[in-house]
Amino acid sequence: MSNHEHHDTAHQPVHRKEMTRRQFLAYTLGGTTAFLAAGPVLPMVRFAVDPILTKKTEGTYVKVVEESKITSEPQEFKFQIHQVDGWYESDPELAAWIAKDDQGNIFALSPICKHLGCTINWNTQKDNQYFCPCHEAKYTKEGKNLRVAPNPLDEYDLKLENGFIYLGPVKPNTKV
Amino acid sequence: MFKGIYNWIDERLDITPMWRDVADHEVPEHVNPAHHFSAFVYCFGGLTFFITVIQILSGMFLTMYYVPDIINAYASVDYLQHKVAFGGIVRAMHHWGASLVIVMMFLHTLRVFFTGSYKAPREMNWVVGMLIFFIMLGLGLTGYLLPWDNKAYFATKVTLQIAESVPYLGPYIKELLNGGEIVGAQTLTRFFAIHVFFLPGALLALLAAHFFMIRKQGISGPL
Repeated sequence: MSNHEHHDTAHQPVHRKEMTRRQFLAYTLGGTTAFLAAGPVLPMVRFAVDPILTKKTEGTYVKVVEESKITSEPQEFKFQIHQVDGWYESDPELAAWIAKDDQGNIFALSPICKHLGCTINWNTQKDNQYFCPCHEAKYTKEGKNLRVAPNPLDEYDLKLENGFIYLGPVKPNTKV
Repeated sequence: MFKGIYNWIDERLDITPMWRDVADHEVPEHVNPAHHFSAFVYCFGGLTFFITVIQILSGMFLTMYYVPDIINAYASVDYLQHKVAFGGIVRAMHHWGASLVIVMMFLHTLRVFFTGSYKAPREMNWVVGMLIFFIMLGLGLTGYLLPWDNKAYFATKVTLQIAESVPYLGPYIKELLNGGEIVGAQTLTRFFAIHVFFLPGALLALLAAHFFMIRKQGISGPL
């Protein structure tokens, strides 16, 4: 009681800012447990999320058709790509709608509808448009979305070599 | 923050008594290695459970890549071990853990036997422990076939021929486990189903009974 400045609090337990013994033990035990649990858990988590962390394979170009066969009317051409899906390798067949635009440039559109992923077809409604049978989405010859679909049709990367058309990875439409 | 969340839930559901009931119990001096180091033999049951938890977790993760099919099983195991990050480690955890769980369980059984802990009133817990032992052996047998390599195939062939040697019932047991006449496509899916659904389900039920009884009856007294 000699220190009259602390007279009011003298009868209460001294409040110290330091960590209590109980807190220290709780943190130490908790930290050790977390460290030990991380040993088995981290490899398993990394194992599970591996698909989103693996590097995507670069697209290769596939020979599809002679340049001379392309008209200003879109035509469908099928081609095979080599696909590695985990332990399963296959050669699925893809399709592309290839045509010349007004300037005579050749371009190839993906037949996957940008609405919900059905397959579109050319001129089935006799209106010189691409048409998707699922929800009646329509696109122009260049792939511009006219109704239902939110985006224009995707385009294949295209290379011309020795009179042949080579198609590569799919990219967003550059024509519209 | 965690304390705040905990208190919010506790005010509404009063969860403190629940975990208190599970976590707060006295550890007698004769089973505490801090008092008598030789008391470490009382840890083998807990270690068996710890490794079982590792087995369940690593097994769950392995099924993300594994397929129980004779064409793809080996290829998928090869892929997850060599192409997926930490695949070798996760599979090794399951592989070595499978042996370790048998070792730990055996040591636990020895401890219970030599301390006479199986005696009245704990006979039922001994019986449940024995059932767990056979479930574990079943898990080991069915899991061994799943990689579908030469070792898996011939080990299973041998085991099924041992099963066939049971008097009268043998051929039926063998055909039931085979799922047909040969060790093949149907055996693999059958063993997979038993390995990941039937036996783990039975195991969890028996473990619950095991732990309930030990908590109810308490740890047996000192020698």
